[in-house]
Amino acid sequence: MTVKSIGEYPVLPRDVQENFHGNIFVVVGWDKHMMISSPMAFPLPPDMPFGALVQEVMPAAFAPHPDWAKIDWDKVEWMLDGEPFTPDFDKSLADNGVGHKSVIRFRTPGLDGIAGVGI
Amino acid sequence: MARRMSLAERYKLMTRLDWEPTYQPREKVFPQATYEGIKVRNWDDWEDPFRMTMDAYWKYQGEKEKKLYAIMDAFAQNNGHLNLTDARYVNALKLFLQGVSPLEYQAHRGFARQARQFPGAGASIACHMQSLDELRHTQTQIHTLSHYNKYFDGFHDFTKWHDRVWYLSVPKSFFDDANTAGPFEFILAVGFAFEFVLTNLLFVPFMSGAAYNGDMSTVTFGFSAQSDESRHMTLGLQAVKFMLEQHEDNVPIVQEWIDKWLWRGYRVLSLVAAMQDYMLPESPMSWKEAWEIYFEENGGALFRDLERYGIKMPWYVDVCTFEKDHLSHQVWGILYNHTAAAAFHTWVPDERKMDWLSAKYPDTFDKYYRPRLEYWRELQEKGERYYCQTLPLICQTCQIPMGFTEKDDPMQVSYRSSVYNGERYHFCSDACKWIFDHEPEKFVHAWLPPQQIFQGNCGGATLEDVLKWYNIQPGDNLDYVGSPDEQRWKQWKGLEDTPAREAAE
Repeated sequence: MTVKSIGEYPVLPRDVQENFHGNIFVVVGWDKHMMISSPMAFPLPPDMPFGALVQEVMPAAFAPHPDWAKIDWDKVEWMLDGEPFTPDFDKSLADNGVGHKSVIRFRTPGLDGIAGVGI
Repeated sequence: MARRMSLAERYKLMTRLDWEPTYQPREKVFPQATYEGIKVRNWDDWEDPFRMTMDAYWKYQGEKEKKLYAIMDAFAQNNGHLNLTDARYVNALKLFLQGVSPLEYQAHRGFARQARQFPGAGASIACHMQSLDELRHTQTQIHTLSHYNKYFDGFHDFTKWHDRVWYLSVPKSFFDDANTAGPFEFILAVGFAFEFVLTNLLFVPFMSGAAYNGDMSTVTFGFSAQSDESRHMTLGLQAVKFMLEQHEDNVPIVQEWIDKWLWRGYRVLSLVAAMQDYMLPESPMSWKEAWEIYFEENGGALFRDLERYGIKMPWYVDVCTFEKDHLSHQVWGILYNHTAAAAFHTWVPDERKMDWLSAKYPDTFDKYYRPRLEYWRELQEKGERYYCQTLPLICQTCQIPMGFTEKDDPMQVSYRSSVYNGERYHFCSDACKWIFDHEPEKFVHAWLPPQQIFQGNCGGATLEDVLKWYNIQPGDNLDYVGSPDEQRWKQWKGLEDTPAREAAE
């Protein structure tokens, strides 16, 4: 489907990777932990190691949740852009397949949020 | 002697003054009239929804203005703000001035465009009048709320905030979308979907909220806008019926616009839902109740009426039905998370309000939302009030931070996405994705606050940089508890427990 217009309609996407000063726009969401009300967005260098994302970037968003300190990282289940995913913490985001506007979701089975209902 | 004209003849002589252009072809004089695909066989079939000539217009509007401004003066002279139930209520007014009043101005501009572009004389005149009405609403709202600016934070730079601040891109993008659409889509979007179908869901929460919380100034604004709104409703309804009756080819186009714009309007109203359930110390009606009356019942009746044209209820209505038990709580949670960057306060509701919420939302509040609020209260009591330090992913279409959930899994955020020209885009719902997929060329231009901040277009990389660029000043943001608004309120009402007071006792 297409927008109706008089004459040609300019298509100038505002959020292409080139606009982010060498970074990619990466989203991380913690499933069933709704105290943190939304998945969070970060501008990150594509060559950042995945482990650095987890250890240095994600705490700013997720550490306030009481479950964060209890996470066993070996048991975490990951999804990347809608598909199950096993990250290599030593490889870069790019080498893990994380691209511009990628969405990473993680689940922590057994840690079910406040009151155990996904909050 | 000539016989006296009938009212109908008099009205026609005053309004049907257009002519067939001869210096330029009609298509050049009205360049926006056909590109949307809407076919009009005969503009003479347009029935004026209200038959008001300018003498009547000025007379009624003038009478209303005299009364309105006299009441505003009296309110100011008598410090009417001191009769509010509580200063928390004022945050509803901040949201109104920041989010709604600029839309009145956008509507004023939009209807002026309509008046110019519609070939039919009756339609043009009705749009001219609505354009004037909307400018009037902009100004009466600014006048009414300027009183509060003298005593409360969160009012002082509403125009800049509307252009720049993250949560205000939600209402702004709604009207930017409408104003860049063609004239037929605009009148369907604003005149029909918003001003007819959804209007009570905006008006009633704010105006009855004002009445229940001692805000006679805003109540009076509401009364003075009512007769304007009834004209707007009839214009919107007439516009949709005209389109549907003029040509059967218009029906699928109108259906698609109804589906798009009821959803866009519904998403904007989620801010009102949170206001209605959480910001009003005395709350006459919950969002859920309002949705049931104004959409499920009234809207249901309307769509039964439109069935004879082949129009159906929007396809996603089951999502709205599910969301009515969750919407206000989810949006309040988003606003609570990000209050450090907002020009209004949020807070954990007191026990009385939580019990009201339990009663109004028996299936969801105690299970899914009270535990979070109580946890936040514990943090606050420890001096660790939770503020989110990072930026959310927002929906490409409605621009609300992701946080709406799945029908069969109420604590699972809904993730939807599309790829267009090699770029990924994210949405909060099937309907927002559907809207994007129908006009991707338009929505890739969206000015999304988190992305813009990361691109360096919002004053810098830190919260302090961005707040400066927003012109959100100390006192505008953060929790109500501990705010200058709260301190002043306690002082005026003699509620403060100051050290001096305790010492005297």
